[in-house]
This record gives sequence, C-alpha cells and structure tokens, in this order.
Amino acid sequence: MKIVVCVKQVPDTETRVRIAASGSAISEADVANWIVSPYDEFAIEEALRIKEAKGGEVVVVTVGPERAQAALRTGLAMGADSAVHVRDAALDATDTLGTARALAAAVRRLAPFDLVLCGQQGVGGDNSQVPGMLAELLDLPQVTVAVKIEIGDGKATIEREIEGGRETWETPLPAVVSAQKGLNEPRYASLKGIMAAKKKTIQALDLAGLGLDALAVAPKVTVTAVELPPARPAVRMIEGDPQAQAAELIRLLHEEAKVI
Amino acid sequence: MAMILTFAEQRDGKLRRASLEVVSEARRLAGALGATVTAVVIGPGTESLAGELAAYGADRVQAFDDAALGAYATEAYARALAQAIADAKASVVLVPFTAMGKDLAPRVAARVGAGLASDCVGLSAAGGKLVARRPLYAGKAYATVEWAGDPQMATLRPNVFPLGTPDTSRKAEVVKASVDASSRAKVVAVRATAQGKVQLTEAQIIVSGGRGLKGPEHFPLVEALAEAMGAAVGASRAVVDAGWVDHQMQVGQTGKTVSPSLYVACGISGAIQHLAGMSSSKVIVAINKDADAPIFKVADYGILGDVFELLPKLTEAVRAYFASRG
Repeated sequence: MKIVVCVKQVPDTETRVRIAASGSAISEADVANWIVSPYDEFAIEEALRIKEAKGGEVVVVTVGPERAQAALRTGLAMGADSAVHVRDAALDATDTLGTARALAAAVRRLAPFDLVLCGQQGVGGDNSQVPGMLAELLDLPQVTVAVKIEIGDGKATIEREIEGGRETWETPLPAVVSAQKGLNEPRYASLKGIMAAKKKTIQALDLAGLGLDALAVAPKVTVTAVELPPARPAVRMIEGDPQAQAAELIRLLHEEAKVI
Repeated sequence: MAMILTFAEQRDGKLRRASLEVVSEARRLAGALGATVTAVVIGPGTESLAGELAAYGADRVQAFDDAALGAYATEAYARALAQAIADAKASVVLVPFTAMGKDLAPRVAARVGAGLASDCVGLSAAGGKLVARRPLYAGKAYATVEWAGDPQMATLRPNVFPLGTPDTSRKAEVVKASVDASSRAKVVAVRATAQGKVQLTEAQIIVSGGRGLKGPEHFPLVEALAEAMGAAVGASRAVVDAGWVDHQMQVGQTGKTVSPSLYVACGISGAIQHLAGMSSSKVIVAINKDADAPIFKVADYGILGDVFELLPKLTEAVRAYFASRG
C-alpha cells in the first residue's frame, strides 16, 4: 500500500487569537506554537497503522510557507517515509480550491498510490473543503469524516459520522478519505523517530514544478476583514442556597432572557 | 434574471429543517440580488416536497426524482447539483452545513470551479454581490468573506438563519431532471447512535458537562437536566479525552461549534478551545465552584456552587416549571 497523507500546519488550539495590523488575518506574530492540524494527526496515525499491518509506504504532503516544513518533520518523526512540500509565494493568498489544485498536482506525481488520507478539517480555517475538492480534482471516490477504516482487497469499508448516527460506506481504492476525531489515538514521535526524520528527504516543489501557474490558484474567495467576536456582557451571579438559586435561574431564563 | 440555487437536503422523503432555513435565507437575499430562487431536491418521491419548498420561498423546484438516488452518494449528488448549477447559470449556491452538505459542497465547488465559504453564520448582498460572515478558529474570530466571481457558493450553519413564515399560497414551477446515478463510493448501512435524541448542532438548548463532575458515573446528572429541558447533551474536551463520553458530544475546537439559544455549562472551567465553540450561544449559564473559572467571563448567569448539589435541585425545578406550563 502506498498512502499519501495531506497535512496542514496550524496555530496550536491553545492560541489566543489576535488580529493582524492588516485587519484581514490573524496575527501570526502572536502565534507561539504551530502544530500539525489535530485531524491530520489522525490521518497520519491511520496511514502508519495501515502500513504496519499491510506493508508499503507513507508520504506526507503539505501546501504552505517555509514554516510548514516543521509539520512534515512531525509526520516523518511519527514514521512517514518521505515528504513533499509545495510552497510558492503565489499560494500565500490562495483559497481552499487553489490549495486543493496545488495538492492534487503534487499527489498526482506520486501515482500510483492506493489511498489519500486527510484530516476532515484544518483547525483555524475550519473549512472542511480540501478533501472533497481533492477527490473531485483527482477523479477519485471520497468518504469524509471517517471514524473507522478497514482496508480490504482493492477496497475499503469506512464508517462516517452523520447527525445522530453512523453510515458504513464501501469504496474501491484508490480513494480520498478524511479523518475525524475518534478514528484512532495518534502516537507521539519517539526520540529515535525524531532523529530518523532528520535524515529523511523533503522534496520541495513550486507551482512551475507542478505545471501550474498563478492563475490556477488565484483565490475565488477572499477574506476582507477578520474581527474578534463581540464582547459578552458581564455575568450576573445568582445568590442563595441551591434551591433558591435553581428557582431564581428558571425565573430569569423565562422572564428576562425568554429562552424557556 | 440572476438565480439563487439552494440544495434541499432530504432523508427518507423528509426535508431537514436546515434545508428550509437555507430556502428562507435565499428568499431574503432574492430581493437584494434581484434573483429568483430554485431549490434542488434529489431522491425518489422528492417532487412531492415542492409545496413545502415553495411555501418557504422557492420559485422553482428542480427534482432529480429517481429511485436510484435514494441513498446519499457523493459522486451522483455532486453530478446532479453541478448540472443544476450549470442549467440555471446560478450566481449564488446555498447548501446547509450538515453532514451531507459538508461532504457534498466541496466536491461540487471543485467541479464547477466555484469559490466556497463554509459554515456561514451571516449573509448579505451588496451591489449584486454576496458578502458572508463566518467563524474562524471555531469562533475565536469572525471573517468577512467576498467572492471573486460567480457562482458564489456558501454552506450555512444550521440553527442560525431563521425560518421564514411559510406561505402556502405560494406555488413553485416544478422541473424534472435526471442524471447518471452511479457512484463508486456507496453507503451500505446506516446505524442510529443517538436515536430520538436532540442533535447538538440543531439544538435550541444544550446542557454540557465537564471535569467538575469528577467521573463518568456522575454524567447522568447532566443528562437528567438535559432531558428535563428537552436539550441536547454536550461535553468538554477534557471529559471526552478521558473517555467518559463519546467524542460526538464534544463542544469546542476539535469538536462541534454550537450556537443554541441557551447553553448550560456544568462543571466546565472554560478552556479557550471550549469557549471558542460555544460563546456565540444566545444565553449562557455557568455552574462552577471556582469563582475564577474563565467560563464566568462569557456567561450571562452564573451560579457559584457545587454541581452535585445544584444539578438535582435544578432538574427538579425545571421539571416542575415545565409541568406547571403543561
């Protein structure tokens, strides 16, 4: 099995978001720690487990600026065999479709492969778009938000979450599958893995190297402003013994807030 | 005339509420955009849903009424929706941000080369163009988004856009359509895991529990209050990661982002990831024994106290309140 895992580097979920001077992005200078998007960690872990069970190789791919190389190193330290870093100044302002187009071109170069795994959402942008776009661009079947993946002979059986339940899907391989929390418990990179990762190769590619031009990744969606959520009014503490507090809360929710 | 196209999700011949919210929003935008509204329904017997879609604002209903499209399949549905977009030369395409819409919309966007804004919580129209507002970092920030060209495609968060007042005198033109119904990836089974329970992302009231409950054996205190209030049950990441409850109940970053009318946080200190996912709730109640807990910074009403004492009293009082109102 050859498995391609698409990853994204994102601010740590502990990050207190501040707005950049431009007013249309978050301030990267205030991001203390960059991590592999948590959903992508589930994808890497699943790829490694499949490789351990069936043999094969795992390639991690990212689209991102210079700093994103650290995300690939994390994937390599966890156990991936090689990495591809797509970076180009023209990608800095792109949107999900541009990212998916660049990823699709990079993934195509890795053919033949059996499976493409992604996280179901990049934490931060929270778009949940790239896996489905990638599948369409590669003309592959897709199963998103997977919480269980079983690899069979040239096919996979996958459980995905829907409202109040789970669907079981069957798909021929290769396919694009996106990972949801619950799929597995990602491993930590061992010291040995971190050392080994330093010797593994990261192939760098720019748009020209992928046969794409800037027009192909020109954004169709643009963020014109980013702002913090409106401040909430100060809390009103309810006093008294538990019985009185319960009664007063119900009165306030009914009479003042009018939500019950 | 410009066309707004909406995807009307149905399962088992019933339209989801989120589908009607999307049609209602399309109707509101139609005036500003000088547009008409087409609702696309896919699946057998869907022609019969045209009346309901018309009542909420569809001028035209395009029905892919085909038994072979009974079960949701991404590729076939994407083919149908992309075809409808091309047929109508749609300038705006609105899809509910449900499990189905979230799976379908990106594939369609890539197919038709459209820009897609996910999980929008506000839409407006200016000069024939759509402007969207959507959360980033699960709600730690909000982005204003514009499109560079048509089709302008957006998914809409359920439970945020109000339903219009249905007008049963409205009639829609019904257009039948067909499409190649084949898909490589297919659903072979569906299993309900929370049958009859209120869904987190669609709930008007959510009662959530955190580490203050001390152990999974006490989580029923939260569930009892939720049941008394007709609410969905949520949880903090700490208790999900500790294995007390299923991750589908997690509220916050790496879980679900919710905006109910009422959110009751029980024994949740309010880590930044959790606050991100729930602070757009209309009214927030926090019950915690630590006066310095960050949850009190976003709460409207706070009770400083012990969840073990308070929750049973509150559950009892809520039951009595609803019983007295019949």
